[in-house]
Amino acid sequence: MDIELILKVYPYFLEAAVVTIELSVLTVLLGLICGALAAAARMSRFRLLRIIGAVYVSVFRGTPALIQLFLLYFGGPQIGIQLDAFEAGVIGLGLNIGAYMAETMRGAIVSVDGGQTEAARTLGLSRAQAFRKVTLPQAMRLMIRPLGVNINAQIKGTALVAAISVVELTYTAQRYIGSTYKPFEMFFLAGVLYIIIITVTGKGITYLDRKARLP
Amino acid sequence: MTEAHKFVDIRHAQKAYGDLEVLKDISLTVDRGEIVAIIGPSGSGKSTLLRAINDLDSLTGGEVWLDGVQINKNLPYRQYEKHINAMRQQVGMVFQHFNLFPHLSVRDNVTMAPKLLKGLSDKEADKLAEEQLNHVGMLERIDYYPSQLSGGQKQRVAIARALAMQPKLMLFDEATSALDPELVEEVNLVMKRLAEEHMTMIIVTHEMDFAASVCDRVIFMDKGVVVEQGPPSVVFQNPTEERTKEFLRKHLAQHHAQNAAEAAALTAAQTNEGAK
Repeated sequence: MDIELILKVYPYFLEAAVVTIELSVLTVLLGLICGALAAAARMSRFRLLRIIGAVYVSVFRGTPALIQLFLLYFGGPQIGIQLDAFEAGVIGLGLNIGAYMAETMRGAIVSVDGGQTEAARTLGLSRAQAFRKVTLPQAMRLMIRPLGVNINAQIKGTALVAAISVVELTYTAQRYIGSTYKPFEMFFLAGVLYIIIITVTGKGITYLDRKARLP
Repeated sequence: MTEAHKFVDIRHAQKAYGDLEVLKDISLTVDRGEIVAIIGPSGSGKSTLLRAINDLDSLTGGEVWLDGVQINKNLPYRQYEKHINAMRQQVGMVFQHFNLFPHLSVRDNVTMAPKLLKGLSDKEADKLAEEQLNHVGMLERIDYYPSQLSGGQKQRVAIARALAMQPKLMLFDEATSALDPELVEEVNLVMKRLAEEHMTMIIVTHEMDFAASVCDRVIFMDKGVVVEQGPPSVVFQNPTEERTKEFLRKHLAQHHAQNAAEAAALTAAQTNEGAK
């Protein structure tokens, strides 16, 4: 392994890692928003909203994220959606992970014991009050870990935007292979940086989960 | 001139799931301050009837009235929500599995609804929680979480939580059925105390001894109908209906078998202890 080469190029990889982190943070935030909206829609008492939520989830989970990205970035201009690569990456991947997060959130909410809502309603709380005060606080605790799994997948998923030439970690590795002909070193370096990001995030999730744990 | 109304008035209650009729045209009334036990085999519809009173299970026919107001009114969704929330504030309910809120302390379990629905300040709510918890002997656990309590303690807190809304009527849905035998008594004592204070109570139970000692009236239900009702002395000692007799016979036999098994287990344990 060419350690000298790695030492020479790693600052550029660090810059690229920052882009990967930005992409991760933005897509996860967008995903959380879309996920919450879709989960709410899927559990709405209005049929139309339930259908919209279900269609969103099945479309984005039922097609490859790469196709979604290509459709948005390359196909977008055809229907008047003009986005640069970074924007397309954030929106495409954010909508994609949102569909998975919607299911995670819904799963956590429905796994809160129904007796909890009953007890709250029996005291006279409205549907919304029972949800806000009783179901949601318990569901939030249940969803921290599974959302962590979604986030982990999403961080690695940002590598897909290399295909629409966003200069993040994977794209940078590919570019330096072109000039150095050392694919092992370049992918190894990128891999190490991914694992650092993933590990730190994982620790953060574990910390949150422990902090939210009930006595 | 309005007709004098019954405090709780159930008129022709019917509940069906498709072809399965769970309640078949049940009418009964409960007076203010009266303590009524509903007994019967599982599947008799007794829990469904109890849950229909505050519309946790909606009836498919018939009416439930509380203190001159119909509970299961036919209203548009939003109006009905408002109406039922107001009605439910007047009806406390205690569940078999306690349903305490695990993410809230004992104090917050008791104060949440009064704060939210009656606008009590933190200070007023704290005072209320202390009173109610003291009443059920749980004051020293006020800052515990439900997971740190025994089943009997949980149920006592659940009763305090319901009472904190100052309900006119209390419904107990097999409040002691999920408890270990040695924890039943502490919950029964709390319920007895409530009875002495003339709280109107409807109690679905399997505990005949408790029903006999606390209740003014016992209602025996089977297969969705009220088979027999009357004072406990009559229903338990001199039932007129064959179905009641059979149920009591079976129940008694089971009770004895259970006691015998427990006694046997105890003897075995003692023998083991002796052998060591």
